[in-house]
Amino acid sequence: MATMKFLCDTKRCIECNGCVTACKNENDSALEWGIQRRRVVTLKDGEPGEASISVACMHCTDAPCMAVCPTDCFYPTEDGIVLHNKDTCIGCGYCFYACPFGAPQFPQKSTFGGRGKMDKCTFCAGGPEEDHSEAERLKYGSNRIAEGKLPMCAELCATKSLLAGDAGVVSNIYRERVASRGSNNAIWG
Amino acid sequence: MKLTRKSDTALTNNASNKLGINRRQFMKQMGVATGGIAAASMMGTGMIRRAEAKDVPHNAPTEIKRTICSACAVGCGLYAEVQNGVWTGQEPAFDHPFNAGGHCAKGAALREHGHGEKRLKYPMKLVGGKWKKISWDQAFNEVGDKMMDIRKESGPDSVYFMGSAKFSNEGCYMYRKLAAMWGTNNVDHSARICHSTTVAGVANTWGYGAQTNSFNDIQNAHAIFFIGANPAEAHPVAMQHILIAKEKNNAKLVVVDPRFSRTAAHADLHCGLRPGTDIPFIYGMLWHIFENGWEDKSFIDQRVFAMDSIREEVKKFPPKEVAHITGCSEEEVYQAAKIMAENRPGTVIWCMGGTQHHVGNANTRAYCILQLALGNMGIQGGGTNIFRGHDNVQGATDLGLLFDTLPGYYGLTSGAWAHWSNVWSLDLDWVKSRFDQNEYLGRVPMNTPGIPCSRWHDGVLETPEKLAQKDRVRMGFFWGQSVNTETRQSDVRDALDKMETVVVVDPFPTMAGVMHRRQDGVYLLPAATQFETEGSVSNSGRSQQWREKVIEPLFESKTDLEIMYRLSQKLGIDKEYTKRIAKNANDLLVIEDITREINRGMWTIGMSGQSPERLKQHTQNWGLFSNKTLEALGGEVKGETYGLPWPCWGTPEQKHPGTQILYNTNKHVLQGGGNFRARYGVEYEGQNLLAEGSFSVGSEIEDGYPEFTADMLKQLGWWDDLTAEEKQHADGHNWKTDISGGIQRVAMKHGCIPYGNAKARCIVWNFPDQVPVHREPLYTPRRDLVAKYPTYNDMQVHRLPTLYKSIQDHDSSVKYPLALTSGRLVEYEGGGEESRSNPWLAELQQQMFVEISPADAADRGLRDGDTVWLEGAEGGRIKIKAMVTPRVKPGVTWMPYHFAGVMHGESLAANYPEGTVPYVIGESANTALTYGYDPVTQMQETKASLCQIVKA
Repeated sequence: MATMKFLCDTKRCIECNGCVTACKNENDSALEWGIQRRRVVTLKDGEPGEASISVACMHCTDAPCMAVCPTDCFYPTEDGIVLHNKDTCIGCGYCFYACPFGAPQFPQKSTFGGRGKMDKCTFCAGGPEEDHSEAERLKYGSNRIAEGKLPMCAELCATKSLLAGDAGVVSNIYRERVASRGSNNAIWG
Repeated sequence: MKLTRKSDTALTNNASNKLGINRRQFMKQMGVATGGIAAASMMGTGMIRRAEAKDVPHNAPTEIKRTICSACAVGCGLYAEVQNGVWTGQEPAFDHPFNAGGHCAKGAALREHGHGEKRLKYPMKLVGGKWKKISWDQAFNEVGDKMMDIRKESGPDSVYFMGSAKFSNEGCYMYRKLAAMWGTNNVDHSARICHSTTVAGVANTWGYGAQTNSFNDIQNAHAIFFIGANPAEAHPVAMQHILIAKEKNNAKLVVVDPRFSRTAAHADLHCGLRPGTDIPFIYGMLWHIFENGWEDKSFIDQRVFAMDSIREEVKKFPPKEVAHITGCSEEEVYQAAKIMAENRPGTVIWCMGGTQHHVGNANTRAYCILQLALGNMGIQGGGTNIFRGHDNVQGATDLGLLFDTLPGYYGLTSGAWAHWSNVWSLDLDWVKSRFDQNEYLGRVPMNTPGIPCSRWHDGVLETPEKLAQKDRVRMGFFWGQSVNTETRQSDVRDALDKMETVVVVDPFPTMAGVMHRRQDGVYLLPAATQFETEGSVSNSGRSQQWREKVIEPLFESKTDLEIMYRLSQKLGIDKEYTKRIAKNANDLLVIEDITREINRGMWTIGMSGQSPERLKQHTQNWGLFSNKTLEALGGEVKGETYGLPWPCWGTPEQKHPGTQILYNTNKHVLQGGGNFRARYGVEYEGQNLLAEGSFSVGSEIEDGYPEFTADMLKQLGWWDDLTAEEKQHADGHNWKTDISGGIQRVAMKHGCIPYGNAKARCIVWNFPDQVPVHREPLYTPRRDLVAKYPTYNDMQVHRLPTLYKSIQDHDSSVKYPLALTSGRLVEYEGGGEESRSNPWLAELQQQMFVEISPADAADRGLRDGDTVWLEGAEGGRIKIKAMVTPRVKPGVTWMPYHFAGVMHGESLAANYPEGTVPYVIGESANTALTYGYDPVTQMQETKASLCQIVKA
């Protein structure tokens, strides 16, 4: 089986936010105002050396969120995608503290700290419900993987900066680019 | 954009509607744990809820429609998935030659057009300060009657037709035709405030005012020079091709921009010039080019006229002077010149940063001259790649949706009217009878440019005696145009108040419907988007694509073409208006017939060979065209260029493949070759204007030659190459007015370009400045330079008096010390009514702001995120957020122009019909922006003004 990965080529990212709205577009049914599964982070904004990177859940091989979750709501798919079950999530927020990428998000802020069910990037692979069921669509959004497609954010990337797919294929594309650019322009400033 | 990017508070909303709610409601509910607003309550009263994506089961049969993004003019294709009539999915078109599946934020959010939650739902009328639902019949009757009343009292010129770059080509053409049949040239659209100076400056340099190469061709460049362009935000998918050039060719990127833009973040050199100093910067580069002998001498000798005049002017701009004026170091200017000289072919890219100046036409000529000096024209990887803003602004311009020309840049001369009357199969005298026959200030309305889009409000507010028409503008259509994109918003508001009737035709209420202080006399007519109809659209590279209809018109919307046709019926001119156009069973115009009529008339630019059948064939087969060359290697369209970029000479039957690169002598004309156009005669002051020893491949005339006429064919002995039928049409005509296409066919048969073969010219003797001359902005912070580089004297331009010196003479720089410029954000487009009504986009930019440097902020005690009052040099005040950033240099400030809905600190939300307030509203930058117009095109100055900023 494949091992699915994201990779953002920062030399190509122009911070156009196409990936952000692509995600909104595709997973509209599960998202609400204020929840962005994917964000573009810019370093040195407005200065020489400015660079941007698109960040969402990186679907870690040894995912810290999975390690800390008290209800074991996370599970890896056979493609290496890290998904979670909103029915067992208690909104404790441990995963948010554990995640190095700030991927987990919570829809509510209330007086007593109730956060609601955690939401994060699913690699457009839905959730534990039956593929393309109403329940899956409302809780997790689309399931492109089940249709043999890749995540919408990467598929719609304006400059082919954000790559998604099998780790081997993604790294081959990236390696080829780095080779033609030369080492000075490999990554970052 | 860290100021507004993060949405730090999630919405506490349990409503089933996951689209989000508008921002004011959002603010109101912050901190409230419960509550939510059901989707139904956000719709207008009496609305039946439409089927939405969530009502459609996953396995419902899916139809795939090919459509084109409606944001910028790159022309990105996509597949729209439609189930049960609902636009449920959007899939990337990896096989599309322009974008290879890629989209920016706007394109990736395109499917929201199928929701249209904030759209106008039905026709409305303002009665006693309240919006009232009316029927379409009532709307047509009342609007039509009002038009006829005004026509009787004040003549046809008192009705203003503001059009749109969002129309399809067919819509643009029919709108221009409607104004013509109504009898006025008071018709215009946003190209006036977009690239009008480009069209004028560039067309007067070498023939046509369009982008010379294609987006894809940028992949061949070895140097890319951006001036006043920020494609990373304004044309993000263009960056795909730009970054490929950078990676594959090691192309050098030079960005000349007052800001360190997101494009500059990818550049090898950024030159932060002071706003309004483009000409000194280009002359500074040319100084080094001439000094070091880097110019392409043989190219100049063969194909350029009067470069010596430029050499003379350039002598006035040695490095020290250029640094003094522009604020760029001598080294930066030298490096820019060196990069362009050492890395050829190089391309020059410009946008609004260059065009929106009171010297805009001269700026664009200066950029062209740089490319002529370097010999970068008419070649792969070279050219002037002038990125157009709206999806069909190229088509709207081509089709004469302008105050100074009929379709095809024929102008407004008697000959032009004769040609188009011929195309329309109408009697010229009838067309003439529609116009006001009197003379005003020595001008006849039919042959005098109208009132420009940038200044329609002056047509309302100016005293009639000073206008070169009978009376002031009393009624206006605002058809797909955001008036918040025009400077001097207070005057715009006064004009809206003063008009007798305001008719907004748009999917959204727009500012024309909202910002006035009226109680009556405003109509809002809901127009369908381009996804609810079909038709062709021209991208910036002159390629046309045919949009398929994705969904039926939402709510009670009607298509632009239907509204125009119904109006013509009401006005009693529909027989003439649609003489050559068939109607279908529902009494709607057959769109393909309109395209055919366009083909029948557009000989000047070769928009004649692009029949609806050919355009559909291209769009349906876009995967056959290479992403690198834009050409099809095989299949049914073998050898053709995608979208048949004009000139696509002759008739459709002649199968011209389209011209990807203009003025390219390395190709035969029948394969898309060309040369500079013979547009300005054959000689000037005794000097030859025709090319010398340069001609396109296969030309039987191996030297320069004038444009083709029937007489010229006879002199050459080629007359008998025409068929008998062609001869009938051709006799007494030329390549532009022979509607058989015979003259073009025969010229090309002999390898010649129908428009002749001339030199590009560096001097334009019919413009106020023969060579580009640096003139300080009307509102300049550098008073020390005004005496040496003054603006023009006040003058009358077409119908309107226009001020220059009387404004510049007044020193505003003490009270308003900060230079002010404006630009785009990637999430929004144009006036922003549509994109701010799209929740997926609106969420990303929630606040209007001004960028100010850390130094200027410190002087004013401002911190990042503070609320400030920004006051423009004419007193317009706006309350916005400060974004403190090194992106702008000390002394310079920058604002996005997409916001509206707040004015002088007061929200206009209450003026919108229920349920149509965009998710995000904010102050318009143009409330603070000021007077200033190009003397040739009436382009507005939005890129160099002055302001002061204080903490609110």
